[in-house]
Formats: sequence, C-alpha cells, structure tokens
Amino acid sequence: MEELDGEPTVTLIPGVNSKKKQMCFDWGPGEMLVCETSFNKKEKSETEPGCPFIYIIRKDIDVYSQILRKLFNESHGIFVGLQRIEEELTGKSRKAQLVRVSKNYRSVIRACMEEMHQVAIAAKDPVSGRQFSSQVSILSAMELIWNLCEILFIEVAPAGPLLLHLLDWVRLHVCEVDSLLADVLGSENPSKHESFWKLVTILVLQGRLDEARQMLSKEADASPSSAGMCRILGDLMRTMPVLSPGNTQTLTELELKWQHWHEECERHLQDSTFAASPHLESLCKIMLGDEAALLEQKELLNNWYHFLVTRLLYSHPTVKPIDLHLYAQSSLDLFLGGESSPEPLDNILLAAFEFDIHQVIKECSIALSNWWFVAHLTDLLDHCKLLQSHNLYFGSNMREFLLLEYASGLFAHHSLWQLGVDYFDYCPELGRVSLELHIERIPLSTEQKALKVLRICEQRQMTEQVRSICKILAMKAVRNNRLGSALSWSIRAKDAAFATLVSDRFLKDYCERGSFSDLDLIDNLGPAMMLSDRLTFLGKYREFHRFYGEKRLTDAASLLLSLMTSQIAPRSFWVILLIDALPLLEEKEVVFSAEQTYELMRCLEDFASRRPVWREPGVQRLQEDVENTKLEMLRLALARNLGRAIIKEGSLEGS
Amino acid sequence: MEDIYAKFVSQKISKTRWRPVPPGSLQTADTFAAGSWDNEENYVSLWSIGDFGNLDSDGGFEGDHQLLCDIRHHGDVMDLQFFDQERIVAASSTGCVTVFLHHPNNQTLSVSQQWTTAHYHTGPGSPSCSSAPCTGVVCSNPEIVTVGEDGRINLFRVDHKEAVRTIDNADSSTLHAVTFLRTPEILTVNSIGQLKIWDFRKQGNEPSQILSLTGDRVPLHCVDRHPNQQHVVATGGQDGMLSIWDVRQGTMPVSLLKAHEAEMWEVHFHPSNPDHLFTCSEDGSLWHWDASTDVPEKSSLFNQGGRNSTFLSHSISNQANVHQSLISSWLSTDPAKDRIEITSLLPSRTLSVNSLDVLGPCLVCGTDSEAIYVTRQLFS
Repeated sequence: MEELDGEPTVTLIPGVNSKKKQMCFDWGPGEMLVCETSFNKKEKSETEPGCPFIYIIRKDIDVYSQILRKLFNESHGIFVGLQRIEEELTGKSRKAQLVRVSKNYRSVIRACMEEMHQVAIAAKDPVSGRQFSSQVSILSAMELIWNLCEILFIEVAPAGPLLLHLLDWVRLHVCEVDSLLADVLGSENPSKHESFWKLVTILVLQGRLDEARQMLSKEADASPSSAGMCRILGDLMRTMPVLSPGNTQTLTELELKWQHWHEECERHLQDSTFAASPHLESLCKIMLGDEAALLEQKELLNNWYHFLVTRLLYSHPTVKPIDLHLYAQSSLDLFLGGESSPEPLDNILLAAFEFDIHQVIKECSIALSNWWFVAHLTDLLDHCKLLQSHNLYFGSNMREFLLLEYASGLFAHHSLWQLGVDYFDYCPELGRVSLELHIERIPLSTEQKALKVLRICEQRQMTEQVRSICKILAMKAVRNNRLGSALSWSIRAKDAAFATLVSDRFLKDYCERGSFSDLDLIDNLGPAMMLSDRLTFLGKYREFHRFYGEKRLTDAASLLLSLMTSQIAPRSFWVILLIDALPLLEEKEVVFSAEQTYELMRCLEDFASRRPVWREPGVQRLQEDVENTKLEMLRLALARNLGRAIIKEGSLEGS
Repeated sequence: MEDIYAKFVSQKISKTRWRPVPPGSLQTADTFAAGSWDNEENYVSLWSIGDFGNLDSDGGFEGDHQLLCDIRHHGDVMDLQFFDQERIVAASSTGCVTVFLHHPNNQTLSVSQQWTTAHYHTGPGSPSCSSAPCTGVVCSNPEIVTVGEDGRINLFRVDHKEAVRTIDNADSSTLHAVTFLRTPEILTVNSIGQLKIWDFRKQGNEPSQILSLTGDRVPLHCVDRHPNQQHVVATGGQDGMLSIWDVRQGTMPVSLLKAHEAEMWEVHFHPSNPDHLFTCSEDGSLWHWDASTDVPEKSSLFNQGGRNSTFLSHSISNQANVHQSLISSWLSTDPAKDRIEITSLLPSRTLSVNSLDVLGPCLVCGTDSEAIYVTRQLFS
C-alpha cells in the first residue's frame, strides 16, 4: 500500500450520534448505507429507542447538480467522439484533432460555468448563492488546469510559441481587465480616470502592448508635459520583438533582436528618461522584467502564475518547456514570500509545470469533488499516448480506473445511468463486468425503460442479463395476471421453463372457464411455439379448437389424436382430450378411421390403467365416479365408431 | 441541416409536441411542450422558440428555445398530446392521465382534469389493483383515447369524470401506441407486432380488424396515419423497420423499409406535406424520408454526399389494383420508380431520440442525452 496523501475527511451524518451508538454500514456502487445498531456496550438498549432511519451516503454529490448534468451530458458526446478517432491518424492531423477535442471539453466547462454564474447572481437566499459561487470557482479552476495541461501536454508547444500560449492562458483567466477597459474608455476623460494607471499597468503585465500604447497616446494628448516620455515608452512597446505565427524568423534571430531591445530599455532607465513620471518608470521596469517592480504589482497580478508568465515575457521570452518548472517554483516562492503556504490549486499547476502528469491527476482527484474532471482529462491524455508506462497496483491502468469510478457514479444516479454505459464500453479490462453488475440493478419501472436496458444488453451480447430482465418482466406480468405479456417475455428470453409455466396457467384457465383468453397471441405464435413442449401443446390444442370451429373435422380429429400419441400432451390433460373426442365420435359422418379409433382406444386404456388409485373416500371418490362414467361413455362411443368405420371402410374398399 | 439548435435541459426528454396553430392562421409553430422521464421529479414543460428577428442580448443565442413554464408530473411522461390550443394531455407511467391547462397571461400550467387510475392491473391474489403505465394517448376534441401496458383502451371525454367507454383486456400484450383512423375508429399497435382497428360503435371487446407482421412478431412501437389518405398507415418496430400499411386490403404491410438499427420510437407524416415522413430511434438517429416524386431535384441531392442515401422499398404484396394516379407515393410498389430519399437530421449520433414532432417548416425532437433539438428550416 502507498501511504495516505492526506487525512481522510470526516463526514458527519445529521441525526446520527456515532459516539453513543455503534454504526453499521454496507457499500454499494457509489453509495453507502449507514444505520445505527442496537448493539450497546452496556446492554441497556431497551431504554432508548433505536434510530428508525437508514441513511444513504453518496460520495459523488456533484452528479446531483442540475447544471452539472449538462456538463456530463454534453461531454459524453465529446468523449464518445474521441474514442472513435481513428488510430491511423498520426502526426499533425491527429494532434490537431486532439487539441480540438480538448477545446470542446473546455468550452463545455465554460458554458457550464457561465450558467452557474448566472444562477449564483440570481439566487435569492445567500446560502445557495454561496454554494453556486463556490461551484463557479471550482469550474473555473478546472478550466484553468485543463487549459494549462492542453498547452503543455497536448499542444506540446515548443520554446517561443509556448510563451504565446501561456500569455493567452493568463489573459483568458484574468478577465477583470476588459470591464475596466470599457469603464475607463467610456469615461469623459480617460487619462484622468482614477483607474487609468492601474489599467495601463495591467495591460503591460498581460503583454497587451498595443492597447497599452493606445492608452499612453491618450495620456500624451491630455498632458503635453509628459507627451515626449509617453512617445518614447510607446515606441519601446511597439518595437518589442515578438514571435508572430506567420513569421518565419528563427528563434536565434528573435533572441538577438530581443536582446537589443532589452538593452535599449535598460539604457532609457539608466538615462533616467522617465524620472519625471513614476508611473512610466515603473512600467519601464516591468518591461525589463525587474522582479522587484513586478512584485510591487502583486495586487494587479492576482496570483503567482500570472507573475510567472509576465516575468517570462519580459526576461525569458524564449523559455524552453524543460526549464519551465525552475521559473515556476521560484515564482511561486517569490510571490508567496513565505507569508502563506501554497493551496491545492498551486500544487496542481506546479506539478503541471514540472510535466508530472500523474501528480496533476492525483492532486486533482484529491482536491475536486467529482470524478468527471480527472476521468476525462486522463482519458484525453491517454489518447495522446502519455500514460502508457504507468500501471496501478490495483485494477487495471489509471485511465480505466478513473473512468470506472466516474461511470459508477453515473450509474448510482436515477437518470444519468444511460451515460455510464458508453464509459464502461471503453474500459477494455473491467468495463464489461462492471456494466453487467450495474445494469442488473436498474429498476425497471416501465416496459419502455426495460426495453432500453434490454437493447443495451442485447447490443453487447449480455445473454445472461437479457434472460434475467425478461424473466423479471415475465414474473411481473404473471403477478399482474397478464398471461399474454408474460408469454411474450418468456419467448423473447427463450426461457422454456417459464414458457411452460405460463402455458400451464393458460390451460388451467381454460379448464376453469371452458374458453381461451388472449387468442390474439396464441393464434399467432408461429415458430415461437417450439420453445417448450407445453407451449407447443397449447398452440396445437388451440388449433384443434379452431379446426373444430371451422368444421374441419378430419383435421381436428387427426390433430387431437397426434397430441396424445406424440406424448406432447400433459397426462393431466388426457381426460379432457379424450372427452373432446366424444362429439367427434358422435358426428353423423365417420370422422375417426378404424385405425385411428384403435389408437384412441389404446390411449384410453393407457390412461385408465395409469390413473392413480384414490385411497381416501369423500369428494375425490365422487370425482372418480364422474370420471369413470365419462370413460364408460367414451368406450361405448369408441366401440360404435369402430363399427361404423369398419363398415364404411369395408364398403369403400369393396366398391 | 445547419440550423438545428440544441439545448441541454437537465432532464431526459420522453416527448415533444408542437402546439397546434389556430386553423386558417398564417402563423408558424412557436411553442412546443416537452415531457421528461426517469427523473426523481418529472415535468411537463412549455417552450417558446421565440421570434427569429429578436436579437438576444447574449448575441448568437437568438435561435435558442426558452422555457415558458413547467409543472411537476407524477411518474414518467409516457405520451403527450395537445388537446387544443391551451390544453395538453399527458399519459403517466403511474397509469394516470392528466389534462394540463396553460394560462398564457401569467405563464403557468395547472391541472384541469385528471383520471388517476385510467390504467391498472388486477393481481391474481389480491383484489386491490396496482397501477399500469399508460403508454399512449390520442385526442380528437372532445374525446381522448388512452392505451396502456394493461392492454386496456379507455375513451374519455374531457369534461366527464368517468370514462365513456372502457375495453378491458383489449389486448393480451402491451399496447404501445394509438391513433385515430377515422372517428370513431382507432388504430392500436402492440408488442407482438399486431395492428388492430377498433370501432367504438361496436360493443364487445373484439377488434374489427387485425393486421400483423408475418412470423417474427416484432413489437410495434409507434403508428401514424397519412393525413389525407386515411387508409395509409405507417408503423415503426423494435427492429427499426418502417412498415407502410394499406388498411383497406390485406392483413400484411404493403412495404417494409429497412431503417434504424434499434427501436423506432416515433413516426410522423408531415401534416401538410405528407410525401415527407420523419422517424426517430433508440439508436440516436433522426431521419427525414422524402418520397415526393419530383426526381430532377433529388438527383442534385445525391451528389452532396454526406449521410444521404437512397433506399428502395421492398414490396411485399403486389396486388394493388387501384388506379395509379390515386395511389399515394408511399403505396406504389414499383421499385424502379419509387425512390425514397433519406436524410439524417442530427449532426452527430447521440443517445436515443425518443420523440419528434413536425409542424410546417419546424421540427422538434427530444433525446435521452437531455437535449432538445429544434430546426425551423426543414425544407430549405
């Protein structure tokens, strides 16, 4: 076992006092049942009434958020799409596709965050408002981490473009500046606005030098005294060499140009060009990457990773990915300055800068309240072929482990279980068996829902589950007196035993009522009739009735006989079949041939000889008498029919 | 279809229905009702697709559909029909049938009529009855017909507390859907592949006609009648097959068309353009079938590639002796002439598409992936 990464959190269950009472619990998929027991150390359980509740404890509560449901549903589509990306795609096109998938995931997170933000603002009571706000900050942190991982692990930006990506990353996540910009520009005299210098500083910190230059020109227009200085600084901003995507210049060229520019900035500072304006001087220092000057703007930088990116922009614009972690660690130390300790988010980002994917995923798993994030991120990184070397000492690999956790959480939900199916599908090792275990526990409230579950099982050839679902439905139908439905379900499950049971019920009903129910089904059994002998008998016996009704007497007679001779009819039914023969024997025309009559007689004697002997007197005795009378009548009728048949056959042969 | 809008609504949608436009008006569809299923709390909701010219402050969201109002619904919404402009009839998995009334003034829904035990089972041992899901409902003012898993057919009048007519044990298996053939005749489909015609003028619980698929007894899940030619009926089955029937002749379908890979949940003829048919399925697809005969236009569609494909109908019974010009394009059995153009309407495969409805140029569908899709340019 690895050691624990932190103390497990304690969850208090309201209404349960674990100090007074012993508790018992049971694990379920994604849930736990907890209740108080009446075990007591001091044997005085009678005096206190026990707790009448069983508590369900869910660990993945985010699954129950209305807004996050959209995240789960929308990302499900992206996930399935990602699994279908052809493996043959290699190199650039594959990478482009993976980056697109990553961006899709992020846009779903953002959409969700925006909606959560709207709800948080609109929330009427402060408690739920706070809850939504904290969800917003969690989502925003998720997006921040994902975006960084996208740059470092998926995009794998080389030195040069790397910094541009990081700048975009910071700009996207420190977005107060836009409202400030609108505010300042909207005022009557922008350069006299109280936040003017704050705005310019932020723009420079974020490397938005064009916009900063425009602001400076406004200042120059307003105060002629500083116009010259503003122009010089503006020129410095304009001439700062940057890598543009379309440009073909090499990194060394850029470095060389940048070095010249840097020296020029330094010269201006040494010449005290901006001495008259502390604002402009501090901007110049920032553009020189001066750490002290940057740290002075701590408030505007907000956080250490902004500090890191700004520092890199103005001191190491061509930083290599491999060196990132050095700067990251020192930026974090400098920024916090020993005043506070890093938070989980800081550790996650730092781990990303160190290219330690496993640490990122581990820290995220601990810090975040749901499996959605780690499951999807890990899966995506796995598709980038970044996780192959890592195997867990339990379960299968990490991707599969996290996907299974996430999908189990979905299956614990009353409605989201359908999404879970696809996640299990893409877990090659344990997905199938997990799905089998979970799918059987889906409550089947309506046939329509059952059909959906059945379809899932049938598509995956899960015959055992298909049988069990059909059986459940058949049982339900029997309980509800819906024999037709029950028979349909047992036919679908190819469950011969159950079909026999239902057929017996039909035959019993027939014996009691003298007529068949559910003719629309029995008359249309078709090949399904072969499922069980009893069902075949039911179908054929009904066919006999139909022949008789249609006055096809010879067909009816031979069918009736074959039901007995083929041993398909249950013994208990023979007496009914024999009595059914009576009207046929009494017909004016001879229906049974002599040979058939002999066979009928054999059947009759066979039946009579095997009849159980009643030992007890009473009702059964009476019944036996009735039966005996019937059999006597039959014998008589058979004898008469035999005579008529012999005469008829004899005369036919003679003529 | 470029202009198809998706909105995730945090509940699995079982039914979507356009509110009918007043007869004779030039208005297009602007409001639809949706029902959810499999949630702890299910809802019947009304949505507006809004004014196309109206630019939303968010920008770009002007095509989105907005929630007008909703009301809790006990049990899964199994079927949903507009009774008239204001009233919606909902069938519940609890066997209850409810008429909801929409108040446009303050945008609320309220219950105006309810039959709580319209569908129920009677157990063998116990005299008490347990509820059975009501699976289908169809309205023709003032009548409402419901069918259920209990094989029962109920005929209600919207203003009567009691059922006007009940056919117990009308079917030995589950009835999946119902539609009016011509009043007072209705058509039901069941889980053993039978199509039954019932005449309310007749007493007793026997159907006036039974039509069935041969052999395999594949369950039928949905049925729709051709809006102009009342003898032409389309059904969708568990195997995703589309069957076209002529109820005047034969007991078998006129044609069987290979369609979806899983259960076909709904089929609808376009109400004013019945050469077009729409189907949706458990396999997550939504298809537009075009049987209109103007061939030249269609040939251009072939070349567009994508998901377009042509299918030939396999004719089963070739006994149609009706005059050619009178035959609906769905019944003609000449495979060379009879080409049907099929277009897939959803951009990507999702979870099951449970329901769809068409009205004018508008289509709405609801899915298990908790999204409602709307398009307003079906024939563009």
